[in-house]
Amino acid sequence: MISLKNLSKTYATKDGELQAVKSVSLEVAKGDIYGIIGFSGAGKSTLLRMINLLERPDTGSVHVDGVDLTSLSKKELLKRRLSLGMIFQHFNLLSNRTVSQNVSFPLEIAGVPKAKRKKRVAECLEIVGLSDKANAYPVKLSGGQKQRVGIARALATQPNVLLCDEPTSALDPQTTESILAFLKELNEKFGITIIIVTHEMEVIKTICNKVSVMENGHIVERINMRDSTFVPQSKIAQFLFRNEIEFQGKEEIANAR
Amino acid sequence: MLDNIIAVWPEIVTSLGQTFYMMVITLAVAVLVGTPLGTLLYLIRPGSIISAPRLYVAIDGIVNVIRSFPFLILLIAIIPFTRLIVGTAIGTTAVVVPLAISAIPEFARLIEQTLLDVNRGIVEAAESMGANTRQIIWKVLFSESRAGIANAITIISVSFLSFSTVAGLVGGGGIGDFAIRYGYYRYQTDIMIATVILIVIIVQILQTTGNFTVRRLNKKN
Ligand SMILES: Nc1ncnc2c1ncn2[C@@H]1O[C@H](COP(=O)(O)OP(=O)(O)OP(=O)(O)O)[C@@H](O)[C@H]1O
Ligand SMILES: [Mg+2]
Repeated sequence: MISLKNLSKTYATKDGELQAVKSVSLEVAKGDIYGIIGFSGAGKSTLLRMINLLERPDTGSVHVDGVDLTSLSKKELLKRRLSLGMIFQHFNLLSNRTVSQNVSFPLEIAGVPKAKRKKRVAECLEIVGLSDKANAYPVKLSGGQKQRVGIARALATQPNVLLCDEPTSALDPQTTESILAFLKELNEKFGITIIIVTHEMEVIKTICNKVSVMENGHIVERINMRDSTFVPQSKIAQFLFRNEIEFQGKEEIANAR
Repeated sequence: MLDNIIAVWPEIVTSLGQTFYMMVITLAVAVLVGTPLGTLLYLIRPGSIISAPRLYVAIDGIVNVIRSFPFLILLIAIIPFTRLIVGTAIGTTAVVVPLAISAIPEFARLIEQTLLDVNRGIVEAAESMGANTRQIIWKVLFSESRAGIANAITIISVSFLSFSTVAGLVGGGGIGDFAIRYGYYRYQTDIMIATVILIVIIVQILQTTGNFTVRRLNKKN
């Protein structure tokens, strides 16, 4: 459903050129919850932002449902983006709009008539369980509530893909858990394909069925989480998974007692 | 003292009228031309939404040049232009031309700065939803910075009330000119003080109204 081929992106910085993403190829199937994990600066966000062309790749192609986005005109691309929802670490809600006006925003952009907008906004707020906050301004919400508004907003135009850039990194563990459970539910209920960028192993463990490990602009390892016999090969994967294994070990010891 | 003031009261009213006239037109032109100009500066800034670095350098340079002109010199320097536009180089209407010309880049700069304060992430979120540039300007930039824009209007009102004082030099009148004429040329200190108090009150009203509006528009905290 999403196919990235040989994507590269180089930024010109003060200290010369910086290649943030180096010839990355990636296949995401319909219904996947695909994780991209790596340390800060690995190029995860850059890669994610190239999927909806917020960032134009220098080389390579981005196919979504068989259409090469890089070959589309600006107008066609803007239309396509409606089917690619996106949520962010810092939520990025419009602060001078209420919750329902925020959810209504992408519908206004898409030119949906007012009556339909109202109906869809109510539906989306219902989905994320925030109907009672419809008229509140974002500043009055907790982090978890803000992210749920972000999700409702991303869902408004009924996308079939949700791109998530560190959606839980600004949240406490408990809220993280509830947001993740919620994303999983969206995936199962509506068949939405989710691509999630994170540096938290817990996120991967909780909801992803596939994961790519990124380091230094490369994908260094691809893991199918359903395959419980996999052995992490790359150093970073070993590091990430070892922490988790140790953690589990401790738990088992605790349970045994 | 009161007698003196009552004697010149009609003249004060006329002067206030002239000041009001100068301010309204200057502000209207500054907002109508300065807002698009400031928005353009924001958009074409290197790395911004449209990003046109060369055009930015050019417009940025022009804005800086006009802003760095002392107002008095600008007033005199553009007399031929003023004459071309309003047919005369003296009188209240004639002063509005240099006032507006120096207010435009001033306001444009304030708008540019205000827009720069808009969270880039929000702009990006709108882009990810397929918003085009026009929608980003109206629905994101102007909406998010509406309190900042109200603040910019307040700032420009107060500073151009002060600029309009110079108008007397070319027969433009106004409350500032009135204060100079009575206080400086005729040594009627009491009238001058009363006028200054009046100006302070006007500034206070402008500022308070501005602050109130900013608070009403801002939902960020
Ligand atoms: N617009 C930009 N201009 C210049 N350099 C950039 C830009 N965006 C990203 N970079 C650089 O590219 C590299 C990869 O950045 P990216 O944001 O993709 O990393 P990341 O894996 O998402 O990290 P983090 O976990 O910190 O978000 C970093 O070194 C970053 O400094
Ligand atoms: Mg990132």
